[in-house]
Formats: sequence, C-alpha cells, structure tokens
Amino acid sequence: MWGCVRPSDLKPWLAALVLTGAAAFAATAGADPRPQRVVSINLCTDQLALMLADPGQLISVSKLAQDPSSSSMADLARAYPTNGSGAEEVYLLKPDLVLGGTFTSPATVSMLENLGIRVELFAPARSLADVPKRLKQMGKALGQEDKAATMIATFETDLATLSAAPEHRPRAALYYVNSYSVGDHTLAGDILRAGGFDNVAAEAGLRQGGTLALEQLILLDPDVIIEGRDYPGQARAEEVLHHPALHALSGTRVAGTVTDRDWICGTPLVLSAVRNIRDLRLSLEAAQ
Amino acid sequence: MKLATGLILLVAALFVISLVIGVAAVPAGQSLRALIWDDGTPLAVVMREIRLPRAILAALIGAALGLSGAAMQGYLRNPLAEPGLIGVSGAAALGAVVSLQTGLSLLFPLALPFAALAMAVLAVLLILVLAGPRGSSITLILAGIAISALTGALTSLALNLSPNPFAAADIVFWMMGSLADRSFVHVWLAAPFIAIGAALLFSLGRGLDALTLGEDAAEAMGIGLKGVRLRLILGTAAAVGAATAVAGAIGFVGLVVPHLLRRAVGARPSALLWASALGGAAMVLAADIAVRLILPDRDLKLGVLMALVGAPLFLHLIFRTKREMA
Repeated sequence: MWGCVRPSDLKPWLAALVLTGAAAFAATAGADPRPQRVVSINLCTDQLALMLADPGQLISVSKLAQDPSSSSMADLARAYPTNGSGAEEVYLLKPDLVLGGTFTSPATVSMLENLGIRVELFAPARSLADVPKRLKQMGKALGQEDKAATMIATFETDLATLSAAPEHRPRAALYYVNSYSVGDHTLAGDILRAGGFDNVAAEAGLRQGGTLALEQLILLDPDVIIEGRDYPGQARAEEVLHHPALHALSGTRVAGTVTDRDWICGTPLVLSAVRNIRDLRLSLEAAQ
Repeated sequence: MKLATGLILLVAALFVISLVIGVAAVPAGQSLRALIWDDGTPLAVVMREIRLPRAILAALIGAALGLSGAAMQGYLRNPLAEPGLIGVSGAAALGAVVSLQTGLSLLFPLALPFAALAMAVLAVLLILVLAGPRGSSITLILAGIAISALTGALTSLALNLSPNPFAAADIVFWMMGSLADRSFVHVWLAAPFIAIGAALLFSLGRGLDALTLGEDAAEAMGIGLKGVRLRLILGTAAAVGAATAVAGAIGFVGLVVPHLLRRAVGARPSALLWASALGGAAMVLAADIAVRLILPDRDLKLGVLMALVGAPLFLHLIFRTKREMA
C-alpha cells in the first residue's frame, strides 16, 4: 500500500500509535475533554487525523482519502466510512469536531458552525517547516499532543538526515498540466530544495504557483524537468507535457512523473517525496 | 495580380512577425538567426519547435477556413454560409473530442483528423439537405444553429464525462480555438488533409463561376452539379476538419475574409477562392499575433478576437439581407 514509502519510515509512527493508543484508552475512563466523534472533510486533514487519532475517535474521512492517486494513506482510509464534504451529510454524522482546510467552502463551514459544531481549519502547508506546525495543531485539536510531539521529533530527525547539503545543486523545473509551475514558497518547491535542487521557476520570478510558458521554460534550460502526474483520459491541458520541444534540449533530462500523492499534503509522508527527489539528483550525478 | 502580390506580401510579413513574437522577449534578428542556423541553443529549440509550427499552423488553418467559406458561399450563393456559423467546425470539434476521449487517437494518431473529417462531412451533408442550393438565408442559419447547438452540447457532454479533471476546461478550447504550444506533430497531422481539401475546393472555380448564372445555365455549360457538390462536401470537410482537429473551432474567418475581398476580385467566385485562402491565412496569423500581444502569458483564445471582429459584420450582413428581402 505504501508505494514508494519505505516501511522503516512508518515503524516509529505505528509504534507510537499503538503505545499512546493504549495509554489514551486508559485515560478515557474519566471525563474526557478529547473530541469523540471527529469527521474530516479535507484530504490533508484526513491523513493527519488518520495518523494521530485514537481508534474510534475518527468516524469519517473525505472521499478523496480513499483515492490512491491523491491520498498517501488510501489503504488505511478504506477502513473508514467516507463523506462527500457537504454540510448536511456531515451534520447527520453528529460530530463533535469537524476538520477542514482553510480552502474548504466557507458556506459549509459557516453552516456547520451555525449548527453548533466546532470546526477546526488547517491551512495548506507551504513549506516543509509547516509539517510540524500542522501536526501540532492536529495533536491539539484531537487531544493527542504527546503522539504529535513524538511524530514531530521523528520527522525532524529524518528530514535533517535526508536534506544534507550537496556540493553541486542541479537546476530543476517542476512542470505541471496547463504550463503550471511552482516557486520556492510552496510545499513542492521546498521538497525540491530539500532534495538538493535549485528551482528555475525562481529565476523566472515565480515565487508561488503560476504559469511558466513553454518558451520560458526552454530558454531557462534546466538540467532536469520534473513533470506533474498524468491523469486518466486525455485533455489538451496535458499536451504541453508531451511537447517535442521538451525533448529537444540537449542538456536537459525529462524526469517524467515524479510528483505524486506524497507531494500534496503537509504530512510526514512528504519525506518519501524528498527521498525520491534526492534519488533523482544522485542518479543525475551518477550519469555525469 | 496586384491584389495577389499584396496578399502574398501581407501573409509573408505576418508570418515573420508571428515568428519573432512570443512570451520570451528576444531580439528579432537573434531569433531569426537561431531559426535558420540551428546552433543547439535553447533559443533555436524555441524557434524551431514552438514558434515555427505555430506560425505554419496559423497560415494553414487560416487558408483552410477562408477558402472553405468562399467555396460554400459560392455554392450556396449566400454570404452567410461559413463553416463556423453553420456548424461544420462544431461538428469537426465533436469528432476530434470523441476520438480523443475514446482513446482512438492514441492507438492510431490519424484517427483524430479522420474523425473530425467524418463529422464535418455529416454536418455539410445535413446543411445541404436542410438548406439546399436554393434555400433561403433563414433556413441556412436555422440549420446552422441547430447543428452548432447539438454538436456543442455533445462536445461538452463528452468532455464532462471524461475521467480527466482538466477535460471539462477544454470545452473553451474546442469552442474558441487556440494555437498555443502546438508542435510539428500537429502540422503533420493537419497539413495533408488541408492540402487535399484545398485541391478539391480550388478545382471548383469554373463550376462556381457558372453557378452564378443559375443551375440550369451551369448544367447547359457542361458543369456536372453532382460532381461540384461532392467536391465541395469532401473539400470543406477535409480542410475544416483537419484545421479544427488541431486548433479547435475558429469561427468567422470564412465569413469576414470573403466579405472583405469580394469587391476586390470583381465578385467572381473563382477568384475569390484563392484570395480568401490568402486573406484567411493573413487574418489568423494577425489574430494569433494579437492574442500573444494582449495577454502574453495566458492562452487567450483565437475565437474571442474573431468574434469581436466577426459578430458586428455578421449583424450587418443580416440587416442587409433583411433590407433586400423587404
């Protein structure tokens, strides 16, 4: 199920899950301030909650959580009932806490709040440094502070080991459907940086996400072009990823689809994205 | 002759301007040098793989649409007959979308232009059946609206059913047309069909001239009307089908260009054919330059500009038709 995630990444978390789970169970004997019926309606809060919640504490995740092309924890999520993220459906689950993203439809959020349900919103991660922050926020929301602290410590140690600075930083471009690219102030840009690459989108003045015309990309002449995932079916928006010009540059390698579900959410699973990118850099070095 | 020279020079000038305009601002001399002498730089890649196919496609597609408009107007003897307005482009787009969404075009790349052509043939046939050679403008336009609405709806349906999250956004492309980031793959797909279509349509000159005197007179002059009709259907479908398959439906070219040039060629349909081909090439090249000047880094659709120019002219033509009928 974990695809490119190595099992060794998960062991500490799973161990933490079991241990603190048992401790938590003992603690529930008295009046428990922890929310008992938690519903998540956002792909990223789904995954954070799946990592931190006690058994039985999380009662529903969003539909996307079970989609293996978007969710890094699709298999684990399959054990949970899903919701379509609508206010009506969520309310009928009688939750005492709803987890959403800051981009969740404001109408849904205000409707639930008006109905007297606590809604906790999580901002999308824009850097790897946001991962511990989101873990901490989720730990607090679920009353699982200790478990979150363990996970944060493991994450920070692993990240430090992975992102040891290389001597030579190759220049890379992240290129997605619709000529979309991202700069350094994004999670994907930060994964690229941690993996030891410089991002050419920054040279084109792109700090966050935006259009990088094919012409501009070619003139920037990056060492490697990392393409976004290919969706099923065909769309003209995707054709730019198959343009012959991308393969006509003599010094550029087109790395194909590297960005996947591990690049989407700020959870500790981004480490496998960092590892893939680092492996790509090492293979480039080996080829030279 | 003067008109021909003028139009050829205009197309050549616009072609060169189209080559030196792009998102990346590079001096014209430097970019043309990179185009001619491949020096292995990224600029040479941009010129040869991105801008050159784009300019070639603009000229080819413009010529195909201008020529088809002039031919249909000559045959139906109605200045409102235009591939976009009467639904031929929309039908071609539907054919292209179906071949893309069923995955047929992945198995066999030529399936894309063939499917567009097949649907375009159907649309032209329907128009001829519904409006007929002696049909009034009203029946022609009504038939066109019906075909456009139906093909547009089916195109949207096919794209909305696609598992690809970006397919629905493609509706705009298929309805409005764009040449952004096309490559030589598309040139090689479209060019042979456009060439065959153009050859068929250019062969209609004498027949269309004779038809200005009426069908009986044309028959008396030895024109086989069945042959003329067959070549018109296949020629228009091949030219418009191939153009639409790679660039989406670009409307109004076939309406505006023959209208502007009709007086200059003395209203002779045979002369209007080549003049409209050149004029169409110039118009689409100019529009494609304009979309890149107005919004360099966004893909503004060609159909937006065409409609801004074409719709007022279309209204004017309708008013004139109304006056003539009164």
